[in-house]
Amino acid sequence: MYQYDEHDQRIVDERAAQFRGQVQRRLAGEITENEFKPLRLQNGLYMQLHAYMLRVAVPYGLLSSAQLRALATIARDYDKGYAHFTTRQNVQYNWPELEDVPKILDLLASVQMHAIQTSGNCIRNTTSDPLAGIAADELEDPRPYCELIRQWSTFHPEFAFLPRKFKIAVTGSRTDRAAVRIHDIGIRIVDNDAGERGFEILVGGGLGRTPHIAKVVRDFLPYEHLLSYLEAVLRVYNRYGRRDNKYKARIKIQVSEWGVEKFAAAVEEEWGHIKDSATALTRAEIDRIKGRFHTPSFEALPNEDLDALALTSDREFARFLKNNLRPHRVPGYTAIVISTKPKDRAPGDVSDSQLEALADLADRFGLGHVVVMHDQNVMMPNVKQADLKAVYAVLEEWDLHTANAGRVTDQICCPGLDFCNLANARSIPVALRIAERFDDQDYLDDLGDVSLKMSGCINACGHHHVGNIGILGIDKAGVEAYQLMLGGDPGDEASLGKIVGRAFSSDEIVDAVSTVLDTYATQRESADETFLDFYRRAGLDPFKESLYGTD
Amino acid sequence: MALIKHNAVAPAELWTTLAADQPVPATGDVLVDLERWVSEGEALRARADRVGVLLQPDDDVLGLEGTLDGLALIAVAFPKFTDGRGYSSARLLRDRLGYTGELRAVGHVLPDQVFYMRRVGFDALELADGKSADTAIAQLGEFSVTYQAAADDSRPLFRRVARPA
Ligand code: SF4
Repeated sequence: MYQYDEHDQRIVDERAAQFRGQVQRRLAGEITENEFKPLRLQNGLYMQLHAYMLRVAVPYGLLSSAQLRALATIARDYDKGYAHFTTRQNVQYNWPELEDVPKILDLLASVQMHAIQTSGNCIRNTTSDPLAGIAADELEDPRPYCELIRQWSTFHPEFAFLPRKFKIAVTGSRTDRAAVRIHDIGIRIVDNDAGERGFEILVGGGLGRTPHIAKVVRDFLPYEHLLSYLEAVLRVYNRYGRRDNKYKARIKIQVSEWGVEKFAAAVEEEWGHIKDSATALTRAEIDRIKGRFHTPSFEALPNEDLDALALTSDREFARFLKNNLRPHRVPGYTAIVISTKPKDRAPGDVSDSQLEALADLADRFGLGHVVVMHDQNVMMPNVKQADLKAVYAVLEEWDLHTANAGRVTDQICCPGLDFCNLANARSIPVALRIAERFDDQDYLDDLGDVSLKMSGCINACGHHHVGNIGILGIDKAGVEAYQLMLGGDPGDEASLGKIVGRAFSSDEIVDAVSTVLDTYATQRESADETFLDFYRRAGLDPFKESLYGTD
Repeated sequence: MALIKHNAVAPAELWTTLAADQPVPATGDVLVDLERWVSEGEALRARADRVGVLLQPDDDVLGLEGTLDGLALIAVAFPKFTDGRGYSSARLLRDRLGYTGELRAVGHVLPDQVFYMRRVGFDALELADGKSADTAIAQLGEFSVTYQAAADDSRPLFRRVARPA
């Protein structure tokens, strides 16, 4: 967990004070709503259908127990008792009053948190691998680099009014769990042939109206040049990215219109002027940032026999052990996924008392912190295997024990028409119906890992293009309808889902998902062939046939 | 339209902005576009009164390279405050071209942008109509700490102060 120093603290304190002034001026009518909009947006405050929505930054998803408690207080005192985890490892509140937001920012600042640049056309929260720091295949923990990027991008004076929002992700592992290929900039920690540490830089990925997979603009960047290179990319984008059309203003469009060679050449030219400036990182500064993370020290423990534990436990706990654990590189430890998706709750919603329960759990059993994941779940990364039973008992008490991590019902879903004023269709009610329909856990386990992602409109906040099953809400002559896509995947072999055929009505969509799952279950080669493997082998045809017949 | 220079209110100035096809008057301070300055620089420099350049967001600021002598002012236009290209223009003028003369933000310049503007190198700000100079001046010092290098300090925070380990 990165600990702020006095400088970091002063910045978030002064930001809270600044926004208090801006809110006062807005309430006094000194600034118009139009002028206030970009200011509130740079503090993560959106106008939604019914109320303001406040988005709080959770840098690279990491939360301490003290921060969880502050989030619980905000949920209780300034919202309707809920916080909502997003696909960008952030937290959202759907019901704050404008007058209360300065108080919320003060509370956040008191636990080293903020809402800086969580919206607006600026550099957003840098995201990372939820298994950062514990994955066996990790070259180096990416989070100190995320923190360096966070500091560099915070109030960067040149890049506060970019053509569009800008998202960066960093991974330090060979397997990409940070979806770097669907970010404006994706950064992979790599070693070159000479064994030197550096970064591979990908630019121009993104979902939305025109999804793109990012392209490599530099296959090896020596580590000390990270920030100057980012600065060069941002400058080329800020100067030449399209501003005439909101939907063409993301960097992915610039890269695809220019071609990656021309884009990379422009960045190299710009970078040549600044690479040896004082922005260059030093080993000492990187080590200093790493030191402030206070990496936990692990005990020397034996691995437990988890299979034996599962055999002697009740079915639900056994299922939890099978589905919700993720490997930890230190013997005797495990990471656990805490699903925010029981049958009856909107994905990502967590109550104030659940947040407090998580904080207590983290203190007792998790070395004091949790990680917000891209799929809106929460991970406790450092649990002793010997404590699993005790942890599960607490999770069960708080209805946080749903054993569906990675299963179809572990779905991602944007707020949709219930909250969002851009939506074409509702998404939460569909998600709830899907959860209700597929409540046979044995069937879900038999299907294995299948990701289902849903967005209420083409802006793709639910990342539907990279769901194995993607659902997109559309407006069909004034009626909500749902397009079904298959085959998306955000990982190393990143691929975008393909539309199967005509859209489904709200009444039909859950049946359609059921048909898709049955088609896979009956036609796969063996239980080892995952949904994605089956799709990649057999293509859309078997699904088309079972969904629409042969005509 | 309040004018702020070096963190204080400055007296209004009369500059005439010339359209591309408008003849240059014999007297009076004028602002010309980038193209005219580059192509007619010699004649413009011979004037007794001052000449400045007004840069538009899509002008390539690097086109001013080698032509900075004799320029009394560079004004950078912000037709909409959401168009952030002028920030990069300013930064390049200061850092790349070494411009040391007056650099003025004009157009939709709001108090809440001035902190960023000062950091990228603007030393003069012509606020949008009706905007309070007091608010803007207060905002110039809104943050006492900055992380990154910019035109106002070429060192990032970790090279300016000893940050604790
Ligand atoms: S995908 Fe569309 S409906 Fe869903 S949250 Fe984003 S903008 Fe709103």
